[in-house]
Amino acid sequence: MEFYHFTEFPWPYLPPEDEFTSMRVNLPSSVFDPKIGADLYHSYLDQHKLADELGLNCMINEHHQTATCINSAAPLSVAIAARETKNARICILGNPAANLRDPIRCAEEMAMIDNLSHGRLECGFVRGVPYELFGSNCNPTETSERMWESVELMQNAWATHDGPFNYEGRWIHKRQVNVWPRVYQDPHPPIWMTGGSDVNHATRAVENGFTFTMFLTPAAGMRKMFDGIKNNLKKKGLPKPADDLLAFMPLLAVGETEAEALEYIHEVFWYVSNNKAEPQFRAPPGYVETPLYANFLSGRFSGGRTDAIREKGMEYFRENGVAVYGTPDSVVQQIKDLYKKVDGFGHLIGMMHSGDMPFNHTEKSMRLFAEEVVPQLKDLGTVSSSLGPLKERGRPIQASKFLGRTDALANARASWMKKKTKKAKAA
Amino acid sequence: MSSKKFPTVRGSSRIINLPIADFFVQQFGSGSPILWLHSEDYYELSLPLIQNLAQKYKVIVPWMPGYGKTDLPNKIRTIDDLSYAYLDLLEKLKLQKLRLVGFSVGGWLANEIASKDCSRISKMSLVCPLGVKIGGPYDRDIEDIYYHPTAKVQSLKFSNPKQDPMVPTELSESEAFVLARSKETTAKLCWDPYFHNPTLKNRLHRITVKTQVIWGSRNRLAKVKYGKAYAKLLPKSDFVSISGTGHFPHVERPDRFDPILNKFLR
Repeated sequence: MEFYHFTEFPWPYLPPEDEFTSMRVNLPSSVFDPKIGADLYHSYLDQHKLADELGLNCMINEHHQTATCINSAAPLSVAIAARETKNARICILGNPAANLRDPIRCAEEMAMIDNLSHGRLECGFVRGVPYELFGSNCNPTETSERMWESVELMQNAWATHDGPFNYEGRWIHKRQVNVWPRVYQDPHPPIWMTGGSDVNHATRAVENGFTFTMFLTPAAGMRKMFDGIKNNLKKKGLPKPADDLLAFMPLLAVGETEAEALEYIHEVFWYVSNNKAEPQFRAPPGYVETPLYANFLSGRFSGGRTDAIREKGMEYFRENGVAVYGTPDSVVQQIKDLYKKVDGFGHLIGMMHSGDMPFNHTEKSMRLFAEEVVPQLKDLGTVSSSLGPLKERGRPIQASKFLGRTDALANARASWMKKKTKKAKAA
Repeated sequence: MSSKKFPTVRGSSRIINLPIADFFVQQFGSGSPILWLHSEDYYELSLPLIQNLAQKYKVIVPWMPGYGKTDLPNKIRTIDDLSYAYLDLLEKLKLQKLRLVGFSVGGWLANEIASKDCSRISKMSLVCPLGVKIGGPYDRDIEDIYYHPTAKVQSLKFSNPKQDPMVPTELSESEAFVLARSKETTAKLCWDPYFHNPTLKNRLHRITVKTQVIWGSRNRLAKVKYGKAYAKLLPKSDFVSISGTGHFPHVERPDRFDPILNKFLR
């Protein structure tokens, strides 16, 4: 199993809650003070350096027009991490592929970062949360299609090394596609995607060999989704994916004592308790499947994933794996239990900082996690034996055979190269 | 749709399959034809006014594909695309000397159709039509219905928001599904560019038939100023304002609206 540290770059200094209607979309930027904000950026970037020093990987995301996340152009902080870290895998999760007007620009940015980091990029693409559609003005009924078209074009652009090709699709028209630089990782960095309720989308991601990620989902919901994916794959005659094609992000805190861990997780919980948004921002028409949207309109469903679980309290969060916290041994056990409950996943992204959690708290929690939890869990699960779409990945290999993600990927790449050469010779 | 205020009008109906899209078409009465183009909120599909008009006219009511009866094909992305399906429909039904009545997005659709081919049309009544950009880039001609909470959107659409016949919380699951599908269709066609086609304005001069533009004096979704400017772009148009009404004057004040439309259609 691979482990990632995550902070969403929050702006924690909010006006009293009754003075604003939403943290997202319409909160005026007068709420942001650059004199404090500039220091915050550096403090968050320092967390990436710390993660690297501790042997953890980093996950970095972006959102727009929101105090929940001031990392509105993630490729910038990913590029900084690529330069400032030495060993960490850097996962951007992700590029808002549905809302990008120019995916080739994104392919170039990611190719540069892959080079800057000497091949440590894990490249995620997301459809974007519904709030993003108000700022991006992208049509919510078309986001899925746009995202898939963008991602497939970027994949092809990265894997093409013999000069320009023509592309005239439904959403994107480019007559001379020729991405420079060439990516560091052949044929391209590992691709990740996220999802919530749409099992067909999730299946398509895994079928393509992308790592599918869920955020803050109760274990039962995650199991249902992962089972759904595996059943769909089975129906298509495809093998069960290795664990490295599935990822999960809970809130995470480790303390020397249970009380200390509880204090830290309450600080991380800021993310859940400070997520005020006007309901219409959560459900623009066409963003979710029609029956779910119908339930939202008729008041049968409130629309917010975190809303539904927020009321239930911290212990509920722990029981369901949405928050993982405690002493190191307790956390080890919780993650092992969760792994069993959901039938396996290969990447755990720990949201270990939020709100105005002091740096030294995050640091201590990260250190305990890296030094006392990770060594007990790193051999858990399986990894893919080759690259490419699921049907070409071969039998999963125990993660214990490798020194970590980079090592496992090198093995998978060697196997993929061998197959490629064989194919070329046969042709 | 809540059926308390608007009993559904009965008439014959059929599905008409055409190359671009399939239509569910209702027909009421006989006489000179009226083509009834409903709005994005489809209140007009159940207006008692249809029955009244059916005493004198043949009222043809195609349900826009994607509004509950037939699907909007994925290849259609704009009202401009859709207008060609309607041109096919007019041809298929061999309609001549047609009176076009269009509400809101239906009024936009009427202009898209007529600006391409007026030959089958004798006159048009447009009720708060959308579809053109009047102001500058920083002007919000049409308020953003996706940005505001439900209650605010109702107050944009109605002079008195209590007049909104749509009460989503009273809908059955299947009715809510139709509402959801319809809203998705509207978003697909109207999200961006927002409720307008930037090129429509360039060809409105081609509409050579007599046109009536009706506006609610208290329309806050698209103000009277917008309506007047829009009417000026239509070569043979008259502008009529109905006091005490918003974007759906026919729903709020049928007592004022119906005579105005009846007189024009005569």
